[in-house]
Amino acid sequence: MSVLDSKVPGGPIEKKWSAHKNNIRLVNPANKRNIDVIVVGTGLAGGSAAASMAELGYNVKAFCFQDSPRRAHSIAAQGGINAAKNYQGDGDSIYRLFYDTVKGGDYRAREANVYRLAEVSVNIIDQCVAQGVPFARDYGGLLDNRSFGGAQVSRTFYAKGQTGQQLLLGAYSAMSRQIGKGKIKMYNRHEMLELVLVDGKARGIIARNLVSGKLERFSGHAVVIASGGYGNVFFLSTNAMGSNATAAWRIHKKGAYFANPCFTQIHPTCIPVSGDHQSKLTLMSESLRNDGRIWVPKNMEDVEAIRKGTKKPVDIPAEDRDYYLERRYPAFGNLVPRDVASRAAKERCDAGYGVNATGEAVFLDFASAIERYGNEQATMAGMANASREKILEMGREVVKAKYGNLFQMYYKITDDDPYFTPMKIYPAVHYTMGGIWVDYNLMTTVPGCYAIGEANFSDHGANRLGASALMQGLADGYFVLPYTIADYLADDIRTGAISTETAEFDEAEKAVKDRITSLMSIGGSKSVDHFHKRLGKVMWDKVGMARNEQGLKEAITEIKAIREEFYKDLRIPGAMEEFNPELDKANRVADFLELGELMAMDALTRSESCGGHFREESQTEEGEAKRNDKEFTYVSAWEYTGNVSEPKLHKESLEFENIKLVERNYK
Amino acid sequence: MSRSVILKSSIVKKYWMALTGLFLCLFLVGHLLGNLQLFAASEEGRRAFNEYGYFMGHNIFIKILSYLTYISILFHAIDGILLTVQNKKARPINYVKNNAGANSSLASRSMAILGSIILIFIVTHMANFWWVVKMSSKQMPLHSIVYTDQKSGMSQDLYITHSGNMLPTAYFESSEMAPAQMKIKNGTEFYSAEGDLLIGEGYKDMHSLVYAFFGHDKTKYGFPENKLALWAVIGYVISMLVLAYHLMHGFASAFQSLGLRHPAYTKLIKGLGTGFAIIIPLLFAIIPIYIYLTK
Amino acid sequence: MKLTLKIWRQKGPNDKGQMATYPIDGIDGDMSFLEMLDVLNEQLIHKGEEPVAFDHDCREGICGMCSLFINGEAHGPDRGVTTCQLHMRKFDDGDTIYIEPWRAKAFPVIKDLVVDRTAFDRVMAAGGFVSVNTSGNTQDANAIPIAKADADKAFEAATCIGCGACVATCKNSSAMLFVSAKVSQLALLPQGQVEARDRVLNMVKKMDEEGFGNCTNTGACEVECPKEISLDNIARMNREFMKAALCHED
Repeated sequence: MSVLDSKVPGGPIEKKWSAHKNNIRLVNPANKRNIDVIVVGTGLAGGSAAASMAELGYNVKAFCFQDSPRRAHSIAAQGGINAAKNYQGDGDSIYRLFYDTVKGGDYRAREANVYRLAEVSVNIIDQCVAQGVPFARDYGGLLDNRSFGGAQVSRTFYAKGQTGQQLLLGAYSAMSRQIGKGKIKMYNRHEMLELVLVDGKARGIIARNLVSGKLERFSGHAVVIASGGYGNVFFLSTNAMGSNATAAWRIHKKGAYFANPCFTQIHPTCIPVSGDHQSKLTLMSESLRNDGRIWVPKNMEDVEAIRKGTKKPVDIPAEDRDYYLERRYPAFGNLVPRDVASRAAKERCDAGYGVNATGEAVFLDFASAIERYGNEQATMAGMANASREKILEMGREVVKAKYGNLFQMYYKITDDDPYFTPMKIYPAVHYTMGGIWVDYNLMTTVPGCYAIGEANFSDHGANRLGASALMQGLADGYFVLPYTIADYLADDIRTGAISTETAEFDEAEKAVKDRITSLMSIGGSKSVDHFHKRLGKVMWDKVGMARNEQGLKEAITEIKAIREEFYKDLRIPGAMEEFNPELDKANRVADFLELGELMAMDALTRSESCGGHFREESQTEEGEAKRNDKEFTYVSAWEYTGNVSEPKLHKESLEFENIKLVERNYK
Repeated sequence: MSRSVILKSSIVKKYWMALTGLFLCLFLVGHLLGNLQLFAASEEGRRAFNEYGYFMGHNIFIKILSYLTYISILFHAIDGILLTVQNKKARPINYVKNNAGANSSLASRSMAILGSIILIFIVTHMANFWWVVKMSSKQMPLHSIVYTDQKSGMSQDLYITHSGNMLPTAYFESSEMAPAQMKIKNGTEFYSAEGDLLIGEGYKDMHSLVYAFFGHDKTKYGFPENKLALWAVIGYVISMLVLAYHLMHGFASAFQSLGLRHPAYTKLIKGLGTGFAIIIPLLFAIIPIYIYLTK
Repeated sequence: MKLTLKIWRQKGPNDKGQMATYPIDGIDGDMSFLEMLDVLNEQLIHKGEEPVAFDHDCREGICGMCSLFINGEAHGPDRGVTTCQLHMRKFDDGDTIYIEPWRAKAFPVIKDLVVDRTAFDRVMAAGGFVSVNTSGNTQDANAIPIAKADADKAFEAATCIGCGACVATCKNSSAMLFVSAKVSQLALLPQGQVEARDRVLNMVKKMDEEGFGNCTNTGACEVECPKEISLDNIARMNREFMKAALCHED
């Protein structure tokens, strides 16, 4: 097994990034004008990277499969963005954010990257405010903060429940400015289907124009992949319908190692599945756990009565309720990290206490918060004799001001009014910590090919803390990649424009064309979704919240079988060279069917529990995740060998010089 | 402001619509105040109205305002037509099913058609009154009264001049016996036939013109009977209804177009607009009904 | 639930389209409108017919991609939701549902129910930004306090998802609500005020060039907007434009 070079600079951790910036090479402004950079994806990472690099002077070609860069799924992030500003004066610091993130990630992240992330987090807030992002403010006109899981300070900046939207629109506006100047050439409704290598370097991509269906060639001196995570392998997830792993998987098959593919985050608070027709799952922000209490009934009779509809949740007295998070984790209570909360919900539902028809739901109850806020309001208004109804009414108003849009969303989807009855929630796939392996410069193992944002693996270890994804995406795009990419591009100032009329591009385009033609010509009987749903079920059942050796082995076999059937019995209507959403999906699902297998293999190799990866064989007596630092303090990076089922494992061992490895404890 | 912006921008077009529209609202108020005097059917009322009419026709400020009004009407109409044409072009294919009633008022969606009806009304209205008073080559009857001598019981018709003198209308009539002693020149001026001396000036009898137009009685003072008076009343009332709808949206809309919107005042403006849209056309419409019913 | 769907089918941008009728059965009230269309498409594929093309992505009401004109209203009969958040319980058994694409000259149809909304991107590129570079060398985020009321108003304007329902709903296909939301957001914040005049002139100019109609204040956009963006923003843009146009020097 080869040793991966993470290129982490030497020196004390708090000096690494500034020293590195001082030492890497630059490209002068005149030369930047002669350099093209391809950016695939326009979410927080891709959008901010494209805007920043265009601002610096590079010619950027940006790609997204949606009809506008503003629609990337970063837009759906709700809760907030962390930054070590310490505006609240509650003891926050860069070090604390760094520490919380490494601990939250269950000590499977690269220290130097995380420290840099915490360091630039403060710039993000400055930058976004300068761009006109309307963060929440207090009555003094200064920025407000709230708390998120896994932290003991208030460092989360937010814009109601739409922080991702506001940040993305900020990045999109920065992009728009460069598009208007002609420095970014935007390709909407284009999907990258192949990476083109010239002399071993990333020099271009083949993309399909999703409107005309034609394959198009694009060249660049570097290629940046910012295409997000791969949660849609599970079919049902909080990802957008179009979110896919194709760009990442394509570069993987051209030599980029895929790191920690089994690290997926299951978010504890999502609206449960309501039926077979379900196409996606909707997240209810983690911020709700600030005020919501999670419970299931203590008694089986009550569970059954609720399922039958003969009893309402509000009718169950407090002593018959099991607030299991408060019971198991008294110190953090309902604000334990996501992986812990998810597993606890699964544990209760597996034991038979799920509160909906499918047995896969728990209550998230705001009744006590409403009453508490109501009393507070009554006291403030000097209403000593307010009726209970009046108090509850005032309490609901407070809750509405905090979470109004989430409550409305829940109501529209479920037709239940969460102001009066507890929400039903259940964990769902949300984020993937794993991704393309990158070094400290965010470059993959393919020279000139970079991966940023959720598409890479770098900063969150085995579990991501709430409000850290936005931070990482923007940090990579605005403040890290624009510096580090110059170090590579400094060699390209004399290269000149890269022609797309070369044997390498011919070959790459032919490969894509052959792949699509073979898909189109299967002429089977089943739709893409049929296979995708089956894959998702296997993944959820066996590579989901809890995994074991036998299940993972079965999953590998089953995924292979589904893949075989896919290539025998798939039906794609229409033609290749036209607007054909079914073909778009087929391309993506074909890659999911391969990636799913790798995820299972990675999960099988890592026979410890850590963060979001829970191996049933490795748990404490109380059922908590049990890490095995001796054997697994490494990043697994998988190399494609030409056969999907026989990837080669490389290990980047993780050195912790600044943080001592201890068991995560939220009790 | 650059010329291209004045001419081309969609928002500037809206400013013009709003400004001319609001000016026309002011005009409506002024016009209505004048018209309300028509409720006075008595001789004094008639005299007052005709004197008012003379004033309106001969005051320089009123003249400027009236030209502004003409320009506003023209601009409002032309701009409206331009906007409508552009708006139609912006949606070349219509919806098969459009449930517009769920999101907007009928009035707001019908401004162009309502405006067109109002324009037709303005044209006929001006033909019926403005043309007769100002432009027609036919002599408009002047204000005259019937004087009955109490002793003899004889009565005669007399023109009234600005200075309060009276001139028997008989002087202006020629008979087989003798030629007319006096004549009317320039519409309202009384001249002696002999020596061509200006004796005085009379008032155009607009009060009677209106009463003759909307009243169904045989009239005096030189106006023929309007056999279509009922239709005139109906047409007028319908037009006022149309105006009411137009104002119902137009009044508040003008404020919105000019950016005059504030959470604290929006309700007030809407309320004012609704009130204006109901009260002004209603009062306008009552006058011909009153005339028709009383005469 | 049994329904009759009348859906606009159009092969490509230059083809003539027409309404087609599809009966559908077994629809559950808990399905979202798009999941109902998924069911239809699954059936069409099974029968060897072309599925209905429609835009969608996040399916949680925030990306702004879904765009259907349902029974004569943008995003259907429910209020404050996008098509993907519209649920079938809003319909009754036996209903006939008309599904059409956004209609506007500036939004040409690509296929079936999919339209091209890049005109919005071009309006944004004309000025929907603050010209600050992305270096991070800006002043501290708390250096300029912003009144909470202004920040909140700016936020409300900024929640626009750019779906185009305002254009689709407006009888004039006007984009005023969309454009004014961005103009308002940035005009309300000190960071955006520096170039407020150029911004409003440039964005309105581009909006006009793209072939959107004029605003006649019907207020339909505000009613159908899934994010309930207020007409206040249009009034604010009218004000901003007047200020800018009166003071502009060319």
